[in-house]
Amino acid sequence: MNDAVLTREEKVVFALRELYRRYGYLPYRMSKFEEYELYVRNKEFMVGDRVIAFNDTNGKMLALKPDVTLSIIKGGEDRPGEKQKVYYDENVYRVSKSTHRFKEIRQAGLECIGEVDLYDVFETVSLACESMNAIGGDYLLTVSHLGLLTDALSRVSRDPAFLSAASGCVAGKNAHDLKAVCEKSGVSDADYDGLCRLLAANFAPADAPAFLSTLPDSDATREIASLAALLAASPYADKIRFDFSLTGDVNYYNGFIFKGFLRGIASDVLSGGQYDGMMEKLGRKSRAVGFALYLDLLEALDEPEPGFDVDVLLLYGEQNDPAAVMAKANTIRASGKTCSAQRAIPEKLRYRELVDLTKEATKC
Amino acid sequence: MLNIALPKGRLGETVYDLFERAGFDCPSIKEKSRKLIFENEKTGVRFFWVKPSDVPIYVERGAADLGVAGKDIILEYSPDVYELLDLKLGKCRMAVAAKKDFHDETVKTLRVATKFPNIASEYYEKIGRDIDIIKLNGSIELAPILGLSDVIVDIVETGTTLRENDLEVKAEILPISARLIANKSSFRFADREIGLIAEKMKELVTEHD
Repeated sequence: MNDAVLTREEKVVFALRELYRRYGYLPYRMSKFEEYELYVRNKEFMVGDRVIAFNDTNGKMLALKPDVTLSIIKGGEDRPGEKQKVYYDENVYRVSKSTHRFKEIRQAGLECIGEVDLYDVFETVSLACESMNAIGGDYLLTVSHLGLLTDALSRVSRDPAFLSAASGCVAGKNAHDLKAVCEKSGVSDADYDGLCRLLAANFAPADAPAFLSTLPDSDATREIASLAALLAASPYADKIRFDFSLTGDVNYYNGFIFKGFLRGIASDVLSGGQYDGMMEKLGRKSRAVGFALYLDLLEALDEPEPGFDVDVLLLYGEQNDPAAVMAKANTIRASGKTCSAQRAIPEKLRYRELVDLTKEATKC
Repeated sequence: MLNIALPKGRLGETVYDLFERAGFDCPSIKEKSRKLIFENEKTGVRFFWVKPSDVPIYVERGAADLGVAGKDIILEYSPDVYELLDLKLGKCRMAVAAKKDFHDETVKTLRVATKFPNIASEYYEKIGRDIDIIKLNGSIELAPILGLSDVIVDIVETGTTLRENDLEVKAEILPISARLIANKSSFRFADREIGLIAEKMKELVTEHD
């Protein structure tokens, strides 16, 4: 197949399928529709809380899938000792943040569900890097651990209003408003400085030991140290930054979370992490880690093509023999050029060369 | 090269002076011309003026790596950006104001005229007051005078306009000042350059404070 006929999105999808297959992930196909109830119960987990709902012929309320992970969790079952590793590329339907209207979005990703261990998190983060690499261009993956911020905040105060306001400030790297929030809640300067260190953190895996040595020992710091050591020795070491301003809903996510950025795209194109909380909410005992890649955002990387729509515009008239027109077009195509046969010159068609048969031949 | 969106108007000019003092000058910005973009290759910055309420959009969408926007605009539009620094410029307050003789009898829905429906809604939700938002785009002070609304939620700088129209501040919602904001993706790929600008400007702001 001529590579030029594939869009960047299609090329990326093929590359990702191949990549995930090599790691032993199985394709996961699902229906376009899902029970509406599933999303109503778990709307906080989704990006946006609106879905396109409709009644099926039997009266059952269905929705056009706004999310893939929920369907995978719902469709699986816990098998002690086993891990389900699946990948997907699916269209989902969500409200666009810019137009406030529903939009079809192509999303690819993978999920590892079961007795998730450090290896699985390492593999998922590595695959996130490989996925970004498959798109091409410069990328960075930011990694955070929700336990670190949760521990730091809960050591300071248990007041829900403080926790919500302070995590908002950390997420926005907003040290000045965090100071005001801390002062209002009587938080000491030392504790404020500690939160500021988390908010400003932005370091490569190799620098993790130095950063972690300033923090009290905890499950989170030990987990970060273990993953950072693996990543520091991996081929992705210079593409990863630990940044604890990256936060998520602790009711659903836990442990490591990460986001991928591509140079030239204004927002994150990949988002993932551990979501044991979501599994528990859906009655599953297994742990889980995964990520999604928002393929629709890749459009921003495509430069408008300055060239032509076709190489040759083949103009024919009533007087031309259709067989002769086809023969001429085939000769042009055989030389490797693209050719559009037309009765008149289309106003918006950009062509490199005009071959006018109306002046050359008469109909037999 | 870092793209920086500045808010048009007096605040923007003061903010540019701060960039200049921090070592990120762009002399062409002070020349009289119809140019829209001003660039200094030496300092690696490119400035452009935009409507103040558009600054967060330019930054969130990545057309600008950095920008300066009022806290009022940031709270109203909740852009997904980093808020790196309080520049402590353009200080004012977001407040509830009404006619001097107005008393909020909580028996009926409160009619609130404002340019900031999200900030107003959030404020009244927190205090549990039922309101009807009347979104206006300017001359907000007219609304209570002509009976269009009971109160207004708006920015108050000196309070002169309120006083001259027999209005007064009934409650303060929050203090407002200009903030340095950054696009999240730009922050990843230009962290040193952005970090340096934020640091230099912080030194100046702290000095002035």
